[in-house]
Amino acid sequence: MTSAAVAARTRAATRRRSLRLPRVGLHVFLFVCALLWLAPVAWAVFTSFRPYADTAEHGYVSLPHTLSLVNYRNAWTQGQIPLHFWNSMIITIPAIVLILLFASSVAFVVARFSFWFNVPLLIFFMAANLLPQQVIITPLYELYLRIHLPGWMTGGSGLVYDSFLGLIAINVAFQTGFCTFVLSNYMKTIPKSLGEAARVDGAGIVRQFFGIILPLCKPALAALATLEFTWIYNDFLWAVVLMSSGDKRPITSSLTNLQGTFFTDNNLISAASVLVALPTILVFLALQRQFISGLTLGANKG
Amino acid sequence: MLGVPTLVVGALVWFPTVASIVLSFTNWDGIGGVGTAKWVGTQNYREIATIYPPFWPAVEHNAIWLAFLAFVATPFGLFLAYQLDKEIRGSRIYQSIFYLPVVLSFAIIGFIWQLVYSPTQGLINNIFEDPAHGNITDWLGNPKLNLWAVLVAVGWRHVGYVMVLYLAGLKAIDPSLREAAAIDGAGEWHAFRTVVFPALKPINIVIVVVTVIEALRAFDIVYIINRGRNGLELLSVLVTDNIIGEASRIGYGSSIAVILIVISIIPIVVFVWNSFQGEAV
Repeated sequence: MTSAAVAARTRAATRRRSLRLPRVGLHVFLFVCALLWLAPVAWAVFTSFRPYADTAEHGYVSLPHTLSLVNYRNAWTQGQIPLHFWNSMIITIPAIVLILLFASSVAFVVARFSFWFNVPLLIFFMAANLLPQQVIITPLYELYLRIHLPGWMTGGSGLVYDSFLGLIAINVAFQTGFCTFVLSNYMKTIPKSLGEAARVDGAGIVRQFFGIILPLCKPALAALATLEFTWIYNDFLWAVVLMSSGDKRPITSSLTNLQGTFFTDNNLISAASVLVALPTILVFLALQRQFISGLTLGANKG
Repeated sequence: MLGVPTLVVGALVWFPTVASIVLSFTNWDGIGGVGTAKWVGTQNYREIATIYPPFWPAVEHNAIWLAFLAFVATPFGLFLAYQLDKEIRGSRIYQSIFYLPVVLSFAIIGFIWQLVYSPTQGLINNIFEDPAHGNITDWLGNPKLNLWAVLVAVGWRHVGYVMVLYLAGLKAIDPSLREAAAIDGAGEWHAFRTVVFPALKPINIVIVVVTVIEALRAFDIVYIINRGRNGLELLSVLVTDNIIGEASRIGYGSSIAVILIVISIIPIVVFVWNSFQGEAV
């Protein structure tokens, strides 16, 4: 073996090693980060399965002597989880349907016709979604206290304030912009000739919209529905400010009921937090692809 | 097809925005009709800047919040995205783990981190200190520490958000660009700085907008922890305090809302400009 060949082999070996060493380092780094990332959630889950007496006696960081579902049972009843979960659904589901309907019709008009006001219109919708909520909350609160509607629409009080209708309305108004933006970008990628062919076949605007464009937008609609579910379910501010009756609050904002004035049972709180977080985590695990594509559809232009 | 959506968004978002601006120049107390409001010019603004104690701390906290997200959490998210974009075993699992906090509400994040930071029952103090003998750090109660403790929790979520957006951006980069850089013998850092990062420009703009808006919106987590007092004052909390809290000055709340509008206008315009420039819809 010539010295040149030896040199070449050592060089190749060093390159391999120098490639592998950072790789190992990277894996160690990512693994440690992942553990740190999971730790808070794991800690909440761990605490939630330990009865208060167990942690009081042995300390929180200790091997559990008893594991039980007692905290979950208490959270379920004391926190009235089923009731608040139902409230969340009453608000979230109609809101998603309306948001997608509104957003897709606006996006359809903008994509289908070339009006002079298309760009201003899109800005009108999109910018509404970018404002911090606190910018509008004060007048909105006063407005909600002053709009009277028939009792059957508002659930008795006759005011939009403290009604499901009011929360649905503000979620729809606030979120439609984002979906309009995503859908209008998505519809631009659908060839115009499809709509024209349908027009030749005598399909009216409404037929074109429901029969051709909407079915083609299914992936985008699925992605947006997933995102909006999480966002509206997770809403805290609108419900805290615009819903005064504790038993009508959706689940995320109802958690404050479990905070005691003098004493907070951390084991109970952790069980309630796990229960409330569970739907969003399940949706994320089941529909991860839709979730992420929805976000990136919004971030990437067209 | 346009009428109803436009009406809803106009009435519930843009009308209140304009109303906030108008009300910020009046002394309306919210009790009588709007007709009882008197025009007071810039009095509310002068008062919040001079005799409203929580105002300047809130400004400072929002600024620190933004700086932390922009200069700590965002670069870390980009770093993770860059590493996970390499063909690495388990990349998907890592991505899911880092992304997990993003699906949680800030309210839940507040509760989870309260468990971590709790003085006597928390994870951190029980591991690193000795709560049984009174040797404890009150992470969330100490006004010098609590903002930073909360920012760690907020960053925990922001990193995952930024990572996912950047991962999408990195996937969209033409691989030949990087190959060219590699052939030219560019080191990894050099290639990242001169080739990859500039190619991420559209995503960078989105990230800047998202980061600024998130920093201005911050509310839920501090409200859960201590209603936004004692070291955790934020502009958003002051606005809310003036409607549902103890202080009830519509004018003050609206003036702070206007300050938020003025700050948020910048990223909104940047984003809109970036989305629609050169566009013939």
